[in-house]
Order: sequence, then structure tokens, then C-alpha cells
Amino acid sequence: MSEKPEKFIDENGLRLDGRKPNQVRDIKIEVGVLERADGSCYLEFGKNKVMAAVYGPREVHPRHQQKSTRAIVRYKYNMAAFSVEDRKRPGPDRRSTEVSKVSREALEDQVFTEYFPKSAIDIFVEVLQADAGTRTAALNAASVALADAGIPMRGLVSACAFGKVDDTLVVDLSKDEDNYGQADVPIAMTQDGKITLLQMDGHLTPEELKAGLEMAQEGCRQVYEVQRQALMDHYAKMQGESTEEKDAETKAQSKEEVVAPEETEASDDVDTEAEDVEDKVAGESEDEEPELEDVEEEAEVEEENPAEDSEETADEMDEEPDTEEDELNE
Amino acid sequence: MNKQVVSIIQKDQLIRMMLNDERVDGRKPEEIRNISIETGVIDKAEGSARVEIGKTKIIAGVKIQPGTPFPDTPDVGVIITSLELIPLASPEFESGPPRENAIELARVTDRGVRESGAIDLKKLCITEGEKVWMVFIDIHVLDDGGNLMDAASLGAIAALLTAKIPGERYGIGEDMPLPMRDIPVSVTAVDIGGNIAFDPSMEEERVADCKLTVISNQEGAIAGMQKSGNGSLTVDQINHIVDVSCKKAQEIREKFLEI
Repeated sequence: MSEKPEKFIDENGLRLDGRKPNQVRDIKIEVGVLERADGSCYLEFGKNKVMAAVYGPREVHPRHQQKSTRAIVRYKYNMAAFSVEDRKRPGPDRRSTEVSKVSREALEDQVFTEYFPKSAIDIFVEVLQADAGTRTAALNAASVALADAGIPMRGLVSACAFGKVDDTLVVDLSKDEDNYGQADVPIAMTQDGKITLLQMDGHLTPEELKAGLEMAQEGCRQVYEVQRQALMDHYAKMQGESTEEKDAETKAQSKEEVVAPEETEASDDVDTEAEDVEDKVAGESEDEEPELEDVEEEAEVEEENPAEDSEETADEMDEEPDTEEDELNE
Repeated sequence: MNKQVVSIIQKDQLIRMMLNDERVDGRKPEEIRNISIETGVIDKAEGSARVEIGKTKIIAGVKIQPGTPFPDTPDVGVIITSLELIPLASPEFESGPPRENAIELARVTDRGVRESGAIDLKKLCITEGEKVWMVFIDIHVLDDGGNLMDAASLGAIAALLTAKIPGERYGIGEDMPLPMRDIPVSVTAVDIGGNIAFDPSMEEERVADCKLTVISNQEGAIAGMQKSGNGSLTVDQINHIVDVSCKKAQEIREKFLEI
């Protein structure tokens, strides 16, 4: 581990890696990188490298976890043994169990689980390289992978941390800032600005928290733009491929269709979607307002959709569907 | 492991009452239940406390033993927090290794103690790189009446405040009190249909959309936070919870913990 830096912010107000306090690290997102998964995403957030895969909706196993009125969402965050400086013992530990729990809770309400009773939506995120902020990177990738799997969602979830170093609030902590800083607050946000993940450790006054939350929300918005762009690019690419296969007519007919997880149909439906999205982008100003829509929201399930009540079904929150194996090592 | 089914009628009632700032047990939204703390309940433990918040009962024990420090922090003591949701405490708890909920409770309790700097860990060093005092905080839930988070956290800090380092027993100097610097207190609130209620009872926890725990220290700064549950919170809600939690924590601290 590196030594504690003397100063985190230089005289020009820049951070150790040259970023401004409100600047997030570079994000790179690739959509649909895995063959077998229903949806997948590879994401780099600074030096973090994570891979997310989504399977489902599929049969629930073990059966007793099945819910008769809705799908269950399962989230497994796992760190590769080689992802950190000192080899991490493989397998789940207390940290990854907690991260999985809060991440699942950050996403679950955004998924229309009521459309898929008795099924499971499984999200697996593998941290290949860790460099501070893996839970936010994992969540960003998972959100994109869900969209790629064609799972109907209220919107994307974007995550970003803020923290405090040298009594200055900074967004998206780097490794040193995380290790030696004064506070670390990962948050996740829906497209309409609601917070779905919030953890904090360190030392903050309530005023700093207020200011920091705003900064982190702005960070989430930046992340969201990259997520949306990655999905749009992916759909555009698929559109290009499918037009080569000259099935242009299916396009017109499937305007309102569902995005099915199946490969062939998906690419068609997605075409029209990508257009819709582009239209919207043109009409929309840069700041996306509290509208609950986005790429996969367009993917409305047709009429049998049991109204957007969400109230009834979504909040009999039952906890902990998984994690049998656990150790006590921190 | 499933939460018990809540009837829709009960849920509706709770939500409707919250709209008028009312709660089933007659409390105001910001009112917390009665707290009782009894320390020194286990002679064998170096520190212990039995905490009741309303119908919730927990017992926390602190054991302190010499051990090897972690290689990356050779000169500081070690804190290890565990919490078990034993089947004795609720029909919903099952035996077996701790699952998500227990792990989350333990880790958030741990975070409060650790991040507030409540224990001066440097003073727990015996021989650098070889021997330090290890502080084990074990929390047993006895009766789940809701808001285990605050009860666990309160139990941990109350037990720590009364804990003695057993120097004589291990031939390492005198017995001395654990070097405490701060008193973090956790206060949890739930969002029920858009309205915020503090110190949720079991029924309220069940119908709640989500929960936010805020752990604050003596100077009124935040040392730890955890949002739990599926729902979402607005920034205004978060700020409101933080403000009230810090205030309530101060009241609890003055009333029960400052000796």
C-alpha cells in the first residue's frame, strides 16, 4: 500500500491525479460483451474493471425463494482474488455480502418485478481490478447489463461516491483518497434524482453531507450520460447489423413491442427503440428532468401490464434470499 | 428468512396514520420508544450491557484479549464485531451462520464504533507488530421488536464504555478502562409511504419502503450511515433524517451514556 500523501489537494485546487474536486474518473462502458448471459456489461471506472452479467427472468432455484406475485432479484458482488494488491481469499465474505445486499436494494425497485411472477433475475458482478469505488462501478455495470438483458425498468441507476480529503469535498474518491481520506459516501441515484443507495463512514458534518450529496448527484448524472450513450451505441450497432440482414419491414410493425430477451427479435425491436431514444435526446435538453423514462422504459410491456401501481407489489420487501456460506473474516 | 406477511389492511392503516403524523403506538413521528440500559450484566465479560428499546431486547458483551495485529496496521488494536440473529429472538430467525441482515447489522455497528474513533486504538498496542489488545464485540438479539440497528449500536457502545482491559489476567500491566474518546449513537428512521418515522417498531419496519440509519458522534458530526431496504429517499428526506437523528442521538447520549 502506498504511503499517506502529504496533501490531497494542491495549490491550484487539483487532486493528486489531476482531477478537479467535482470531476469523476473516466468511464468506459461496453455493452453485450458476453455470449451466454442475457445481458452483460464491461465497465471501467478509473482503474476499476468490472464485468456484470444478467440472467433471467428465469426459473427460481431453490424453489422456495419463488414469489407468486413477482420476480425476485438476486445480486452477487464478487471480487477476484487477483483484483487487489494482497491476494483476496476467494469466495463470499462479510463485506461482499453486505455490498451485495445494499446493491440489490438499490436496483430492485427500478425493475418491474411484477411482470415476471415466480421468476428470478440474477445479477452477477465480478470485480476484476479494484481501485476504490468498486461497489459504485459494479452497480453502474449491473444497471447497464439489466437494460441490455431487456428487463423492463423504471430507469437506469447510476452510482458515484463522494468523500472528504483535507477538509475538502471531492467526488468519486481515488484509492489514496479512500484509504486516507476523512469520509467516504457511496450513493446511487435513479434518473429522477432519488437516492437508492447510501452508505457512509468517516466524519462529516450535516452541512458537508448536504453539499456532498449534491456533488455526488451531479457525478451520478455524468455517469448516467455515459451509460445511456453506451446503450445507444450498442443498439445503433445492432441496428446496423440487422438492416444488413434486410428485415426492414419487421421494424414498422414492432413499434410498440416488448424487448424480448431472445436475440433475433430483440435486435429488431431495439432498432425502433434506438430511434425513439435518439428523437428524445434531440428534444431533450442536457439535464434530464424527473421523467421516469429512458431506454428500456420505452420497452413497455404491452397491455397486460398491471398498471404502474408499484405500491402493492413492490414493497413487501423481504430480505436476504441468498448467501448461505459466510465467514467472519473482515 | 422471509419477513412475515403483512396484511394489506394493516399496511394501509399504518400509511394512512402516518399521513396525519400518527403512529399505531401513539408516538409522534420523531418520538423514540423508551430506552433502558443496564451495564455490567455479565461478570465474565470485560464489558456488557443489556439494552431495551420498546419491546426490543439485546445483550452485548465485550471480550478483550491479546492477539496479533494486522500486518498493515501493526501498532493499533483490533475491533471485531459480530451479531447473531438467533432463533430465540423471533420466529423468523433461523439458526446457521449469519446471513445478510445479521452481517449488515454487525458491520454497521462496527462502522459506528470504528469511524467515530470511539476507541483509541493506538493505546491498545502492547508490542508493535507482535501483540495488541483485540476487542471483540458480540451482540445477541434476544427479542426482535423492531429497530435492532439502534439497539445493537447502543448495546455495543454501552458495553465498551464500561469495559476493562484485563491486564493482570494476562500479565500485561494493570487492569485499566478501555481508552474511549467518543460516544457514537445510532438513530434509525423509516420511510412509510413518503413519511418519515423514527425508531420504527417491528410492524413499521415491515411496511416501510426503506430505512436510513445515521450514527453521529459527540460533536454532532456524522460517523456512519446506511440505507437499507428497497425503496428510495429524496435528498430532502435524507437531510431531514440526518438533522433529527443527530439531535435524538445527543438526547440519548446525555440521558443514558454520559456518566
